[in-house]
Amino acid sequence: MNRTLGLGVLWIGAFLCTAPFLLLLATSLMTYEQSVGYPPAFWPSPATLDNFRKALSEGALWRWFANSVLVAVVTVAGQILTGAMAGYAFARMTFKGRDLLFFVVLMTMMVPVQVNLVPLFALVARLGWVDTYQALIVPDLAGAFGIFLFRQWFLGLPRELEDAARIDGCSPWRFFWTVALPTATPAVATLGIFQFLASWNTFMWPLVATNSDHLRTLPVGLAAFRASMRETTDWPLLMAATTVAIVPAILVFLILQKQFMKGLMDGAVKG
Amino acid sequence: MRPTLHPLRSERWWGLLLVVPALVIIGTFGVLPTLASFLIGFTDWDLLGTPRWVGLDNYRSLAADPVFPKVIANTLLFVVLYLLLDLVLALALALALNQKLRGLGFFRTAYFLPVVTSMVAVSIVWEWIFDPRAGALNEVLRWVGLGPVHWLSDPSTALPSLVVMSVWKSLGTNVVLFLAGLQALPGEVLESAEVDGATGWQRFWHVTLPLLGPTVLLVGILASIRAFQTFDSVYIMTHGGPRRSTTVVVYWLFQNAFTYFKLGKASALAYMLFGILAALTWVQWALRKRWVHQEQDA
Repeated sequence: MNRTLGLGVLWIGAFLCTAPFLLLLATSLMTYEQSVGYPPAFWPSPATLDNFRKALSEGALWRWFANSVLVAVVTVAGQILTGAMAGYAFARMTFKGRDLLFFVVLMTMMVPVQVNLVPLFALVARLGWVDTYQALIVPDLAGAFGIFLFRQWFLGLPRELEDAARIDGCSPWRFFWTVALPTATPAVATLGIFQFLASWNTFMWPLVATNSDHLRTLPVGLAAFRASMRETTDWPLLMAATTVAIVPAILVFLILQKQFMKGLMDGAVKG
Repeated sequence: MRPTLHPLRSERWWGLLLVVPALVIIGTFGVLPTLASFLIGFTDWDLLGTPRWVGLDNYRSLAADPVFPKVIANTLLFVVLYLLLDLVLALALALALNQKLRGLGFFRTAYFLPVVTSMVAVSIVWEWIFDPRAGALNEVLRWVGLGPVHWLSDPSTALPSLVVMSVWKSLGTNVVLFLAGLQALPGEVLESAEVDGATGWQRFWHVTLPLLGPTVLLVGILASIRAFQTFDSVYIMTHGGPRRSTTVVVYWLFQNAFTYFKLGKASALAYMLFGILAALTWVQWALRKRWVHQEQDA
């Protein structure tokens, strides 16, 4: 492609991808009066932080934020732990039914979440977990993607390491914790950012599994907040709350961008 | 030959022990629900009572439901529009990125901001953009003397509006996948075409695009799987309306389950969706296998 034309395309693309975020920020700094004025304003004048103050002074947003952090942190830790253990065993150990079990795990990647929605809800209801943190956390403590990722990683571990450890009388359990797992930091980072973003952004399951306000995660809380202003929308206030909700995901992405891109390629192409 | 040690007898126990935590979770909250969903599809169940076996009644009542053809049409229209727009734009951006370029990281990051943002947040922002009175889109139209358009409350524009937003949201992923595909193309072929005097457009159309075929197919299948699962944006922005014009399959499934409490019907619908997506996934895996083999043979 012609270089100048190419650069033009790239800049237009970058503008279109970021413009809604700029609008979000600009609106969050406006007064309500400015947002309903005509013709519509794109630039906050005067700029004010009142919307952020107001959004954060209502305890609900903090609570949703804390819930999202809790669910994300626990499921990330759980997925890394269960995924590394299972991935290691599937890659480096021989046991009965190994290949069949791994096949079943792979198959679950093919099932869209919506297929499991009704029975999962029924199961969680039977366990008495509706409207609890367990409902948001426990089903997500392990996943096929993590197992797959760690298996790929441990398949590349040199056999000699294990042989040497065996001769030294190191148990498989200790070998896993002290030798194998510390080599796997790239896989930990990739799974970590994927699961964090998935957990932070997921909507359908927490929507179904919770109904009290104090158990809502950010996406569910934000959706309820938006619905509560159906008649007249205070866009600046809504945009301030939305900004608060998306900043952590964007920060985590900016910090772990390299691992994220790598995971994307692994998941989509190599499989 | 390298000497191999006989696996320790204890290894099979260690192996099982290591996989048990993951398998218990995945089995209980993954495999079990998938199997149960299939069975619930053959029952009449409102969640509170006991499920009653009704055979194929749910599938029959789906076929007889006047909303069903509308839902199928909406979903297919969504997927097709999404694919067309998404593939063309992502490929254009990937081609533009595929050159020696300073600031590649900047562009990639910009395209990825929507990808990592939650669909709920994105939907709320775009509701503001689509706002008929004060929204940015109608304001831009007004500058050129057009509009106003009632983007989300007019049945003829609501679904395309959702498509535009969805394409915006996921474009970055496909740009990166296309870029990887472009960078894996054999450089010699492109160079020899250039030496033979083919113009840029000819090279793209006759050399690059055919070579990129497998990537286009892979990206297209991944994108359509995603499009079939659209839910969050519909829930936030249109509630399936106006006049059912944005009721896509997953939104209808959700309504059947948690608004009308027809869990059997919802599960039957879920398995129809599953069938379509499983077929797409299977094609994707089969292609990828062939593709990888070709790479290894080459």
